[in-house]
Amino acid sequence: MAIEILMPALSPTMTEGKLARWLKAEGDAVKSGDVLAEIETDKATMEMEAVDEGVLGKIMVAAGTEGVAVNTPIAIMLEEGETEADLGKVMEKAGPSTTPVAHNDGPQAAVMAQAPATAAPVHVEKEYDKYNRQTVREALRDAMAEEMRRDEGVFLLGEEVAQYQGAYKVSQGLLDEFGDKRVIDTPITEMGFAGLAVGAAFAGLKPIVEFMTMNFSMQAIDHVINSAAKTLYMSGGQQPCPIVFRGPNGAAARVAAQHSQDFASWYAHCPGLKVVAPWSAADAKGLLKSAIRDPNPVVVLENEILYGQSFDVPDDPDFIVPIGKAKIERPGEHVTIVTYSRMVGTSLEAAAMLEKDGISAEVINLRSLRPIDIDSIVASVKKTNRIVSVEEGWAYAGIGSEIAALMMEHCFDWLDAPVIRVCGADVPMPYAANLERLYLPTPEGIADAARKVCYAK
Amino acid sequence: MATTSKRKAKSAEIGADQLIGWYRDMLQIRRFEEKAGQLYGMGLIGGFCHLYIGQEAVVVGMQSAAGETDSVITSYRDHGQMLACGMDAKGVMAELTGRIGGYSKGKGGSMHMFSREKRFYGGHGIVGAQVPIGTGLGFAHKYTGDQGVCHVYLGDGALNQGQVYESFNMAALWKLPVVYVIENNKYAMGTSSERHAAGLELYKRGAAYGIPGEAVDGMSVQAVYEAACRALEHARSGNGPYILEMKTYRYRGHSMSDPAKYRTKEEVTKMREQHDPIDTLKNRLLEAGLVDEALLKEMDREVKAIVSEAAEFAQSSPEPDVSELWTDVLIEA
Repeated sequence: MAIEILMPALSPTMTEGKLARWLKAEGDAVKSGDVLAEIETDKATMEMEAVDEGVLGKIMVAAGTEGVAVNTPIAIMLEEGETEADLGKVMEKAGPSTTPVAHNDGPQAAVMAQAPATAAPVHVEKEYDKYNRQTVREALRDAMAEEMRRDEGVFLLGEEVAQYQGAYKVSQGLLDEFGDKRVIDTPITEMGFAGLAVGAAFAGLKPIVEFMTMNFSMQAIDHVINSAAKTLYMSGGQQPCPIVFRGPNGAAARVAAQHSQDFASWYAHCPGLKVVAPWSAADAKGLLKSAIRDPNPVVVLENEILYGQSFDVPDDPDFIVPIGKAKIERPGEHVTIVTYSRMVGTSLEAAAMLEKDGISAEVINLRSLRPIDIDSIVASVKKTNRIVSVEEGWAYAGIGSEIAALMMEHCFDWLDAPVIRVCGADVPMPYAANLERLYLPTPEGIADAARKVCYAK
Repeated sequence: MATTSKRKAKSAEIGADQLIGWYRDMLQIRRFEEKAGQLYGMGLIGGFCHLYIGQEAVVVGMQSAAGETDSVITSYRDHGQMLACGMDAKGVMAELTGRIGGYSKGKGGSMHMFSREKRFYGGHGIVGAQVPIGTGLGFAHKYTGDQGVCHVYLGDGALNQGQVYESFNMAALWKLPVVYVIENNKYAMGTSSERHAAGLELYKRGAAYGIPGEAVDGMSVQAVYEAACRALEHARSGNGPYILEMKTYRYRGHSMSDPAKYRTKEEVTKMREQHDPIDTLKNRLLEAGLVDEALLKEMDREVKAIVSEAAEFAQSSPEPDVSELWTDVLIEA
């Protein structure tokens, strides 16, 4: 049957173009791949090639015509054995051709597909019969060891994780127990080993990627975001990526700008990732176990200063901390302090100072940054009507900014004072000890912010 | 597809069925891509669309040497790989048109399709990113001991990414079963290899890591097949990675909106007329009396029918439901 040739779209933005020149005349034989015409698009002059074989039956748009809309019939091709008599048939039915119209449902008002915050029960912490005193470092190691015993597909890779026993001794003993097939020292090659781990996860294994610090994960962030976080969506749900990216995040001590950044808001920004930030040893163990079992990519933001601190950890083989649930570390009545990681300890110190002034502060340890436990924050603010957010990272587009926005959306009528963000100073981390102290939030600074939202002196 | 040309024979004996199968598989990719170009022209395919026309011998030759458990990963010029892996033409074309019947339900597009069933792991839009990921697929083959090799495709342009050498290092260090297939079509988008690569013997880029490499006539499906057998055997036997530099050529621009002004018309015409992988094989088949015009026509009709059916499906399959916007972000644990 004779075939209509339509004005092609030759760039993503082209809606019309100029038919600059015909390279075939009516009656010419055409093979697929032959250049039929030259088309001027909004970007360049392009050659239009024939797809089908046959004879150019009729040219419907003359050379030199400008403003030819995409999909306008510009010529008719006759197939082998057809004659000019067949032209008429096609031209009769050559109505306007249709292309699908993109749905435009307007901008999405719901920024995040979050569950509504009202009336949902707030997470209740489980009590255990027995607790052991453990450092965060030991808790992380135990979490990995227990999950590696439970699942053959779980393995750990990173710089110095095996023979050296971990740059911060987090993976101590794992090489001895699991061998070098499952505890793997990598070259210093973050982008390479992060990508390699993503490939192993695509194949069904469950890699734990240790970044010596999260600062170095910037070398690999393309694989964390573009390869790990987006693939499930891009594959229409076909290709999961069960992987954990973990390592110390934020400021340690006296290591200056390139080794002291808090990446919480960077990772928490991205759909397709889960992001957790443990404070206590129980958080660390419970959250890392949940992260390893989770079928999605999870970023675990640890903290070097916390590695050596000891906490009570439930002595129960089934203990885990669910992702997405905050913990009220200290109940209070007058003001909510919401924070994560090392700043939980700093905020608890602030709460103790405030108590002396008769201000009862409720301290919320977020534990998960994506998804964030809106219900717990909202329930607390409905009680206290005041909130301060605390983080090591920068204020601009930080976790505190997100908290402030959530308060506007969920607690506008419950707030008695504007939200205050207590953050790291808006500069790269300085090296000098006195300047470094000025950079980070302090108990005094947090207490001042709490007094301010309470309108207290 | 792939069923016609897939032969397990590892000897260099090439039978008539093998040759005819190669011809048919290459023809199907060619016709599919031409149809995709046409649908793009009609505004049915949007955004980026990188056609494989001219490079068909590479993937068809590689896949005919592939083992049962081998995996495949490539960049954004991926339609040929998907068809050669045996993925359904309808599902691929419907993904190009952004419809629910596409491999990614219309949410991935030309550059992002996957089939775990066919062990095709994408379809990656960031130049070079598929190289460490594919090295990780090789890591998983070794970890599970399934005897598979990962075929990692990359272009001559991607070969300048640092992560490629991070991958070479780890693959050689840990003797991972990976074959790196460099599809050297001479242009990194619009920059010729002379202008982007220091040293044009790209197959030697793994030499510092002790990775063997060879240059292959990527316009000859038989040459590709024979090199693939050598490389895959090497990797499968536990000797570590192997590099194949396929000297190939793309007839179309880098993507649909590329007028390809960086090369001469004569250069393209010469490649098409003197080195086309499909025409060359067709002439060989005719001269050897292995096919006649009638059989060629029959194959042509068969391929056209598959491609037409795919194009029709790609237009009749509905757009994804609006609820799909919110699905497949995370797996519910």
